[in-house]
Amino acid sequence: MSVLPHVSPTLAAPLRVGRASWLVPLRAGLVAIGGLGMLAVLVALDLSLGDFAIPVGDVVRTLLGGGDPGQRFIVMELRLPQTLVAILVGAALGLSGALTQTFARNPLASPDILGVTQGAALGAVGVIVLAGGSGYGAGLVGGTLQQVGLPIAAFVGGLGTATLLYLLSWRRGIDGQRLVLIGIGLSFALAAGTSYLLTHARIQDAASAQVWLNGSLNARGWEQATPLLWTLLVLVPVALLVARSLNALQLGDDSARGLGVRLQVTQLLTLVAAVGLASVSVAAVGPLAFVAFVVPQVALRLTAGSRPPMLASMTLGACLVVGADLVTRVVIPFALPAGLVTAAIGAPYLIWLLLRTNRKVSA
Amino acid sequence: MTATVSAPASAPPGPPDVRRGTLRGIVGLALLLAFAALLSLAIGSRSIPLTTVVDVLLRPDGSDASTIVHGLRIPRTVLAIAVGVSLGVAGALMQGHTRNPLADPGLLGVEAGAAFAVVIGIFVFGVTDLTGYAWFSLVGAGVAAAAVFAIGSTRGGPDPVSLVLAGAAVSALLLALTQAVVLRDVDTLDAYRFWAVGSVSGRDTDVFWQVLPFIAVGLGLAATSASTLNLLQLGDDVAASLGLRPMRHRMIGVLGVMMLTGAATAACGPVGFVGLVVPHVARFLAGVDYRWVIPYSGLVGGLLVVLADIIGRVVVRPAELQVGIVMALIGGPVFIVLVRRNRMVRI
Repeated sequence: MSVLPHVSPTLAAPLRVGRASWLVPLRAGLVAIGGLGMLAVLVALDLSLGDFAIPVGDVVRTLLGGGDPGQRFIVMELRLPQTLVAILVGAALGLSGALTQTFARNPLASPDILGVTQGAALGAVGVIVLAGGSGYGAGLVGGTLQQVGLPIAAFVGGLGTATLLYLLSWRRGIDGQRLVLIGIGLSFALAAGTSYLLTHARIQDAASAQVWLNGSLNARGWEQATPLLWTLLVLVPVALLVARSLNALQLGDDSARGLGVRLQVTQLLTLVAAVGLASVSVAAVGPLAFVAFVVPQVALRLTAGSRPPMLASMTLGACLVVGADLVTRVVIPFALPAGLVTAAIGAPYLIWLLLRTNRKVSA
Repeated sequence: MTATVSAPASAPPGPPDVRRGTLRGIVGLALLLAFAALLSLAIGSRSIPLTTVVDVLLRPDGSDASTIVHGLRIPRTVLAIAVGVSLGVAGALMQGHTRNPLADPGLLGVEAGAAFAVVIGIFVFGVTDLTGYAWFSLVGAGVAAAAVFAIGSTRGGPDPVSLVLAGAAVSALLLALTQAVVLRDVDTLDAYRFWAVGSVSGRDTDVFWQVLPFIAVGLGLAATSASTLNLLQLGDDVAASLGLRPMRHRMIGVLGVMMLTGAATAACGPVGFVGLVVPHVARFLAGVDYRWVIPYSGLVGGLLVVLADIIGRVVVRPAELQVGIVMALIGGPVFIVLVRRNRMVRI
């Protein structure tokens, strides 16, 4: 596979119990654990800092059931749900990206390129623009339409696109490259639909659509966190289940089949997991486009494995989005969508990793 | 991507359903393009009969028809062809050099750089005219492409994987900055949203002459790149053992992509789709030999943009739909049908 980097032998150790044996990827495990540690620090900071700063010690005490009522309200009611959404969205997008990149054997194959994000965006922008144009604009800002209609439209758009993609790609089985090419066609058509709506909308609607399109964590709460949590609970085990077969899939479809991988089942499960995670995330916070692309690539470079690692991608994704939440709420004096900050943090880090690796390679 | 690119010399030349490029195919596509261009001169909010178009083309007579054809429709048709050809060729080069079927020529940071420069031009310097946009986007495209090139290269030269990742990272960063400006200022958003969908309307020939040198140099680089690209498909090691210097040739190819995409973006704004999809269509028509794929890509690209521009003028008469939107709305489904019906050539 030419597009994945050549790496040194993975730091991994075999684990044998009776006749069964696993290869335990030590370095990937270390990265995942390190990511968890960083996540804990970021979450603590995210809960403690803000307009009303609460010392980290008090935050921990409040989380364990103590603290005074004022702090309780701020931490448990205001900050914790939003932080939780950030963690879950980051983990979901990291995993979704790792799955699609592995499935297509291409670092460019994030859920964005398959049209899932564009489908969700078209659904959401459609609601914003059409509702805005017919006079519900005022009700949209804080009213029920945004609370209920927008996420549902986005979710239906994303999932509908994925179903369409699968049906269109099915021709006596799914072929990875055909699926990706059809995904490109779909995503362009859907993105053009969104552009059409944006250029024909009133400028106010276009502006509020633009805000949604950049992804925002602002004022997210339990109603976003709960569906995310359930989706992750169902789909993460599915992803871990197919992870073993995905290793074989790296060698090509034919080799994988030769190694006894049930190709169609693996592909379907991988796609369902990737698309489900991406759609729920988009519905919750809008498209945080760059996360699903950059996180698996960063994780891949840190773990030095042969494909984007699942668990490390999840923890690093959570770190990135919580970090972005922290930056948007605390560091920057004006409101900026988190989607821009994830790109502003993630892109330089990937660039730095690339520069570091490339300087070592003498071609 | 499996290595189905070239069969060993003893095997039959490729699977039977893969077509190969021919001179006849090139001539046919060129004739189609010429006919589409003629239609583009005739069709619009005021239709002019084809015979009149030919008349005023040969003898400009100052009539209404002549003014429309020479003043409005020739510039946009010429521009549409130039942009389509540039992006088609750039896409074929890009996918060949990165050996990645998902690589879009805009991925090298060119489009994001141009977008950011245009937004800075609007927001900081109050630029409002298309010629001004073109200068800003040329500079932005150049700077961003240079940055991607520097990040994505090892000591010897550009590395395909790093180049693609560096391009995606730099693009994301620049787009985030662009969005940050656009979100802060509604007036900038209002100007930017029309630039960002890509359009060939309202341009005069100045813009064309402005970007022509870049397109010419880019096409020249593409022409030198075509035959070496075939060898590079075998992998850097094999290509090197055959006497090629992979890094040097990749540098030439990538420079060509940057010139062509930068020029096209400067002229018309970011027009997606062409660069990514047209090479797949060209490979479907012409097989795997880049000496055919590159000219086919150029002609198909030109044809696509001209047709999309015509359709955009017709469907919502007397208003217009931007060429970028039409192309993706119609081209997307057509491409899906093509991919579904046929076995596409793999890179």
